[in-house]
Parts: sequence; C-alpha cells; structure tokens
Amino acid sequence: MADALHDQIRNFILENYLFTSDTSALGVEDSLLGRGIVDSTGMLEIIFFIEEQLGVKVKDEEMIPENLDSVSRIAAFVSSKRRAA
Amino acid sequence: MCGITGLWFRDAQRGADRATLDRMIAAISHRGPDGTGVHLEPGVALGHARLSIIDLGGGAQPIHNGDETVWITYNGEVFNYVELRQELLARGHRFYTQSDTEVIVHAYVEYGDDFVNHLNGQFSFGLWDRRRRRLLLVRDRTGILPLYYAEAGGAVVFGSEVKSLLASGLVRASLDPVGFDELMTFWAPVAPRTVFEGVSQVPPGEMLVLDATGVNRRRYWHWEFPDAADLRRDSAATLESELRQILGDATQIRLRADVPVGAYLSGGLDSSSLVALLKERVPQQLRTFSIGFDDAGLDESAHQREMVRHLQTNHEQVQCTLDDIAAAFPRTIRHSENPVLRTAPAPMQILSGLVRRSDVKVVLTGEGADEVLGGYDIFKESKVRQFWAQQPASSWRPALLKRLYPYLDLTTEQSTAYLREFFGVGLANPADPCFSHLPRWMTTAQCKLFWSDEFRARARADGDAADRLRQSLPANIGRWHPFNRAEYLEAKTLLPSYLLASQGDRMLMANSVEGRFPFLDHRLIEFAVRLHPRYKMRVLREKWLLKQTMRGALPASILNRHKQPYRAPDAAAFLRPGVPEYVKELTSESAIARSGYFDSSKVSRLITKLSRSKGASARDNMAFIGVLSTQIWHATFVAGQDVA
Repeated sequence: MADALHDQIRNFILENYLFTSDTSALGVEDSLLGRGIVDSTGMLEIIFFIEEQLGVKVKDEEMIPENLDSVSRIAAFVSSKRRAA
Repeated sequence: MCGITGLWFRDAQRGADRATLDRMIAAISHRGPDGTGVHLEPGVALGHARLSIIDLGGGAQPIHNGDETVWITYNGEVFNYVELRQELLARGHRFYTQSDTEVIVHAYVEYGDDFVNHLNGQFSFGLWDRRRRRLLLVRDRTGILPLYYAEAGGAVVFGSEVKSLLASGLVRASLDPVGFDELMTFWAPVAPRTVFEGVSQVPPGEMLVLDATGVNRRRYWHWEFPDAADLRRDSAATLESELRQILGDATQIRLRADVPVGAYLSGGLDSSSLVALLKERVPQQLRTFSIGFDDAGLDESAHQREMVRHLQTNHEQVQCTLDDIAAAFPRTIRHSENPVLRTAPAPMQILSGLVRRSDVKVVLTGEGADEVLGGYDIFKESKVRQFWAQQPASSWRPALLKRLYPYLDLTTEQSTAYLREFFGVGLANPADPCFSHLPRWMTTAQCKLFWSDEFRARARADGDAADRLRQSLPANIGRWHPFNRAEYLEAKTLLPSYLLASQGDRMLMANSVEGRFPFLDHRLIEFAVRLHPRYKMRVLREKWLLKQTMRGALPASILNRHKQPYRAPDAAAFLRPGVPEYVKELTSESAIARSGYFDSSKVSRLITKLSRSKGASARDNMAFIGVLSTQIWHATFVAGQDVA
C-alpha cells in the first residue's frame, strides 16, 4: 500500500514537474525545493493534488517542508492523516 | 530612427557590390521606409534606410564632411545637436544640411575619438575616416539602439538588425548555445553575445574600431557606481531641485523633431510623470497611447483614464486580446530576432501599430525610470534578503517578502518555511555581487529542464552563465552599496538586451515608430548613480525621490499606487481552441525533434499539463513561451520559413 502511494506521488511529480516517466529522475528522498523541482507556487499545485487526488485536507499549519518536501515526506504525511481520519 | 548596415574589408582594395548592399538595406527597410542611400568605396560600404524625423528634406544619408573624407551611416537622434552645431559653427565648420547627422561628422573632425562624449542621445552608427582608413561602429551609452556585427570572409559586416547581416550572404543563422543559455538565465544574452552563433553586438557605451590593426573594442562610457562611502546624502530639497531640472531638460530636448511627437501612458508612475512633464512643455493637445487587456489582473485602463482626465490628453487605447497576441507573435519574434520567455513584446508591437496609424512617428516613454531611480520589485526583494542575511535564523525577516509578492498566497506563518527555501538561495554570501538576482535567475533557468540532452551538452561546454557574468563585473563592485549592485545587474542584463531591444526598439521599429527615453538621458543616470539608495527606496517605497519631485503634478492615487509590473497573457493565448495553425505545427513532437533544441517528450507533457490546468505556474508559462518562440525563431531564421 505504502509503495503504491509512493508511486502515485512520484508519478505525479515526474509528470508535472520533471515532464518525464523516467523514475530514476527523482529519488523518494530528494528535496523538491532544494533541487528546484517546485517553487512556492508549484507547491500550491502539490497541495491541490493531495487534496483532490489523495483525498486528504491540508491545513495551513501543515504546509511546511517537513510534510511536503519529498515523495517520502508527502507519503508519510498522507498516511498519517488517513490513519487519523 | 533608421536602419544602418554595411561592410568593412581587411583588404583595403576590396569592395562590396551594390546588389549585396541593396539586399542588406532591403532586409531592414521597415526601420526606414522614407528612403535609402549608399556609399561605396574601396575598403568600405555604407548603407542606410531612412525614417525622416529631423530635416525632412535635407537629411539623406550617408552624409559626409566638407572634403568628403569622413562619411557616416547613422541611426538615431542626437538631441543636443542644436547646441553642438553652434559650437562647431563658431569653430569654423560649415554644414550642407540642417540634420543632426552632419553634426556628428563635424564633431568627429573637431574632437577626434572623444567626439562621442559630446553627444547626448540615442544612436548607432558607422563612421568611416578615409584618411586614417578606419571604421568606427558606435553604440549609445545605454543600448537604446541596436548594432550587430560579424566577421566573415575577410570582412566585417554590420547592421541595425541581424537580418541585414544574413542578407549579405556572409553569415548563416544558427543558434548559439551559450547565448541561448544566457537567454534562459537572464532573459537575454549579455552583450557582446547574441543568440546567433558568430554574431556579436556592440555593447552599450562602446565603440568598435576597425583598422589595419584589426577589430578592437573601446569603452567610452560607464554606467557604474561610486564606492558606498562616497554616495551623496544631500538634503532632499536639493536633490529634488536637481532631479526636476535634469529630467525637465531631458524631456525638453527630446521634443526636438519635425514630425508629431506623442507619448505612451501606461498609468504607472513613470509614464504619468513623463506625460505631466510633457504637458508643461507642449502647447497643443498631447497625444497619448496605451494598451488594455481583458484580464483585470493585467489591465491598467482605470489608471490610464484617470491620467487622461487629469492632463486632458488626446488618448487612444488598443485593447489587446488573446487572439491578437497569438496572431502577432510570429511577427514579434521576426522583429525581436530573439526567443522570449514572455509574450510582453507582442502587445508593444500592436501598440506601436496604433501609433503609426495615428500618423505619429515619435513617442516618448517612461522606460528606464525603474533602473535609474530604483523602482523594481527585485530591488525590494534584494533589500529584504540583505536584511534577512544579517540574522539568517530570524523568522519574521523573510516574512517581509510576503508584502512584495501577495499573489503567492503565502498567508500563514508556516509558509515562511517556503520563502526561506526559495528566497534563501545565496543567503550565506550576501557579499556576492550577484546576490540580488540569484532567485530570479534560478527560476528562469528551470526552463532549461526542457532542453534536449544533445543541446544541453553544447550549452554547458562554456560553463555556467551566472559564473561567466560574475567574472565580467567591475573589479571594484565589492565596494558598491548592495542596492547599486542590483541596479548594475539590471542595467547590464535585462535593460539593454531585452527591455530596450525585444520589447523596445524592435517593437517600435516593426511599425516604423521612434521611441525616446528621457529617463535614460546620461546626465540623469550620472546624477542618479551618485545618490545614496535611501533616495531611491525609502524602506520598501520605490522611486522615493521621483515621487517627491512629482508631488503636486500627479494625483495622489497615481503617486501612491502599488507598482504593477507590465505583463501580458502568456501560455493562455496559445492553448485554446481556434489558435493559429503555426502553434500546433511548431510545437508538434516532430517539429521539436527536427530543430533539436528541446526534448520533444517533455514539451509534449508540458503542453498536456498546461492544456488541462486552470492556471499555469510562472515556470511552466515561461518554459512554454520559450519553446514556442524558439521554434518560431528557428523556422524564421534557420529554416527560412514565413511563419504566420
């Protein structure tokens, strides 16, 4: 299940920010901001994706790099929100 | 304004044939539809396409001195030619025309190579000294007018636009990977580089000397700043008085013309200030022109109407739609001769078309005020980042950035974490002369993600664009105030090669309209570089001294309005039903693969993403416009197609 979530998030980022399906282009721990993959406006698109595609609401105070700055962090954040729901 | 072109040969006995020169002139005939002229002799050929502005009957070029030993082909205006002519008459010079062009020839004879320091204006010319057998290619101080050259086959071929060089048959168009790398970092290549491989531009404030010793660059003027300790801190009243006097005269002398003069009026502080100054000096009703957009976020019509009411100008506006931009874009690229990352030049071309249809040949604009008097958001951004760099752990210092970019929708305390990541680039080294521009360059450079692997390898062979620029900066830049360093980078990169070129001269000349720029008068720049930045930006209030100076002349709502950068609709103009066929043709996977600059698969995914999303990010917008414009550039100049 966790792997499927990782894949879904990684594919979204590959498709929408790196414009490729080559999975080697993005490691699950890669920093999205640090690598310049998304900027602060691009982060809003990721939040829309999490809310619309993954069905998890993101509160203002949760919009921090600790939750959103890599595939694995997003997956962990989404999983914990789903568990809490 | 006009178009110039010509050839110089290393072999003094060699000459150009008339047909070649005629082709070169014809390629830039839009710059000068009122007449053509040539001068041919062994060793040199000078060509000219004329747009008559001063001395309509007598100013045909090339023009020479009394004994025909000095010849000139000249594009531009020397606004102090009346005073210069009087000086030269007093020294015994005799003139056969009333033109400013002839004044330059005699100034050269009188003052030697220092003559250019006597000229106040915007110019680009080739001056042939037969006695010394040398050609000077001279460009104005700030790069208002273009001047390109290339060395080929024992000759140097030059012209106002690259089109004339290509028409010589000596130069073939191909994309310079390093120039393109600079374009996709700074928005335009840094002079002398261009996007055409093997083609250079004479940098602003320089002349090229071509003689028996070869081709040598010589700088005659510097847009540079004093050491921070030497900046002026006089009373505001003193500085306001000086600014009023200099700006008033800079405007006054730019009214010299034998044809009607109008002005652009965007509704911002700069053009409103300029039109207010003009109104004091033009007895008849002033004609003003502006652009309107359907998108309320881009449109400034309400401010324009307010200024028209306030100053009672005879105003015309062109409403620019998405269809208009898509239809105008190929012509925009043909004239700009550069790929672009925004569509902003296209409406400027449409606007100059309106001016021309209104029988106005000359417009004054507020361009340059932001660079000279401290107006851009990037100066504010840099100021905040410098402030932040003093206490990097502070959480509220970077939060000031939210005030600059409210549209980023960064409303929570937590979003400061993102500001920190994005704007914090380079924070550890605030003394870096490029500190102010690193976030912008980093964002722009993300467009390179779409390059093909082959092209990337070629572009990177010459190193990093920012490092290259850093190496070329003045040795004493470390002693300048950080605000001045940011101003310098704007004056060096964006202003001459993009704003004054792709968005300025080229879009004006596409419709044979001359632009004039009082804020770029060199006396004003020399005044402004010595001001302490507190007179330019007070806390985060931009162009402070200009606002103080214009109090009373402008409505408070114009003086106090939040600065709105000029923007036009970008990808949205091209990704909807009914757009011109060229958009799909040139961005198809096969066309992208044929030109070879971009990864066709990535571009295809980008288009899919943009087509289905409601709003595009700044990066995606820039990338798409960059791809489309590069494809048009390739089709037009490399493949020789007529894109429409």
